[in-house]
Amino acid sequence: MSDQTVPTVQPDERSVGFVERQYTTLFEPPDRLRMESGREFGPITVAYETYGELTPERDNAIFICHALTGDAHAAGWHTPHDRKPGWWDDFVGPGKGLDTNRYFVICANVLGGCQGTTGPSSINPETGEPYCLTFPFITVGDLVSVHSALVRRLGVERLLAVIGGSLGGMQVLEWAARFPDQIHAAIVLASAARLSAQGIAFNAVGRWAIQDDPNFCEGRYYGKEPGPRRGLALARMIAHITYLSEDSIEKKFGRRLQHSDTFAYVLKREAEFQIESYLQYQGKRFVERFDANSYLYLTKAMDYFDLAEAYGSIEAALRRTDARFLIVSYTSDWLFPTAQSKELVAALVKEGQDVTFIEFDSPYGHDSFLIKEQIGQLESVVVPFLDQTYLARRRKD
Amino acid sequence: MLREIPRGSRVIDLGCGDGRLLQKLRDEHGCKTILGVELDVEEILGAVARGVPVIHADLDEGLKEIADDAFDVAVLSQTLQQVRRPKEVLANMMRVARRALVVVPNFAHWRIRLQLAFQGRAPVTEELPYEWYDSPNLHVMSMIDFRDLARQLNIRILKELPIVRDRAVDRAWVPNLRAVSALYVLERAD
Repeated sequence: MSDQTVPTVQPDERSVGFVERQYTTLFEPPDRLRMESGREFGPITVAYETYGELTPERDNAIFICHALTGDAHAAGWHTPHDRKPGWWDDFVGPGKGLDTNRYFVICANVLGGCQGTTGPSSINPETGEPYCLTFPFITVGDLVSVHSALVRRLGVERLLAVIGGSLGGMQVLEWAARFPDQIHAAIVLASAARLSAQGIAFNAVGRWAIQDDPNFCEGRYYGKEPGPRRGLALARMIAHITYLSEDSIEKKFGRRLQHSDTFAYVLKREAEFQIESYLQYQGKRFVERFDANSYLYLTKAMDYFDLAEAYGSIEAALRRTDARFLIVSYTSDWLFPTAQSKELVAALVKEGQDVTFIEFDSPYGHDSFLIKEQIGQLESVVVPFLDQTYLARRRKD
Repeated sequence: MLREIPRGSRVIDLGCGDGRLLQKLRDEHGCKTILGVELDVEEILGAVARGVPVIHADLDEGLKEIADDAFDVAVLSQTLQQVRRPKEVLANMMRVARRALVVVPNFAHWRIRLQLAFQGRAPVTEELPYEWYDSPNLHVMSMIDFRDLARQLNIRILKELPIVRDRAVDRAWVPNLRAVSALYVLERAD
């Protein structure tokens, strides 16, 4: 490939620039991870990235918990030929919401994922074969146990903050419950103490689409083309609808047709409406980067998540930490509606915890915390919240 | 107002604005558990910048996120006349805290009475500088009216401090005529 045909990236001064994914191995036998299901599992390789510098006092570390299909690459570029920067590049960088001039930011791929951390597509060292569906059942608690061990491995005793949206927000809450002394602040975006029945329903349909794909082969599809591509793409399309709002897709696509101004009056597979074409594109792009088995495991972990069930009540789960909480919801998010954030707020207020809650006006639905247009809004509260957490922490010490 | 809040009490400020009062209570008055409630996002961001915990909520929606007796003292300053349902707001306030401090404007101040009587127009004063059509004040009441409402809700008025010339005073001569507003210290009578 010549430089004329491949556009090259010139990161600007607000970018963390070129970054490298790093790896470390945790829970090596005999010190395996004791999982919530009771099983023991290890070793676990974790893929992670860091941005900014850790202070000599090691007091400026922030951990990002990514959502369902995210990865460790939150910001910057891997190569000059990348099509896109990291998934939260608008929010992480010098002078941005998570200011890498001030903070040491860590993001790691979750256990069970498919972007470098041990998951169903990894090779089981005992058999030399991919785990496939012999991979152990995972929970949000297990994801957080691995993150927590990584943070200790990186020499950070206590994080200034943990932040995450959606499934990432669930991890933040679990972190506050499971490792209450490891964090000074918990920032929970578009999330909840449990997934609603509606959320479980959409996840279930997505899993069925994958499992019913003739190429699923009981999860042993690695090395056999094409694998459950259709099923996974369909799962993504269904899920993608839940991430948007009625309003935003109405504005973006409306009833417009893709290639014509008039109906064709034929049933055909090709997309006729623009929204169909958009969803198909999303599905197609997704299967290039995501593993169907990981999707099964992670959506199930999300379905199982229920703070009240696990700890007796939300209050009981969150009372042991002295972390400050920031809870953010979005007006048009119907997957994790504001009422669910308010449930968290009520429990925290009852316990006399330091909690700030804000509902932002946004037309973009559940994905608002990722959308460039809404990042300024998120920044406006996260920046002063982190400033004050840092000051309060200094006062305490 | 600080004098009426026991040191170290748990305080909730309804309509806290940028959290100024709560910050003072935390930094100078030993109040460790504080919370602001505010509807305006810009004001909320101001409170966050002071390190004051604040939740985004409409007082008219019942303070559902706040458990009964989660606080010792609730503060509501110059806001009661601006909510849609003052009676419910007051009742909810006494639900989340046993004691409350409320500052309400006194629409029976002599200047207001004069304007209405002699100019025949909706009054505009220094303290209540709004034209009728863009006033945030949805309700008008006097000190006498407020006492009535408190009685209806079975709330004990521990103190009534008329605010005359910018100062809360223990006693004033004909307060319902001379006070521009009044600070009430209330307690749930149960």
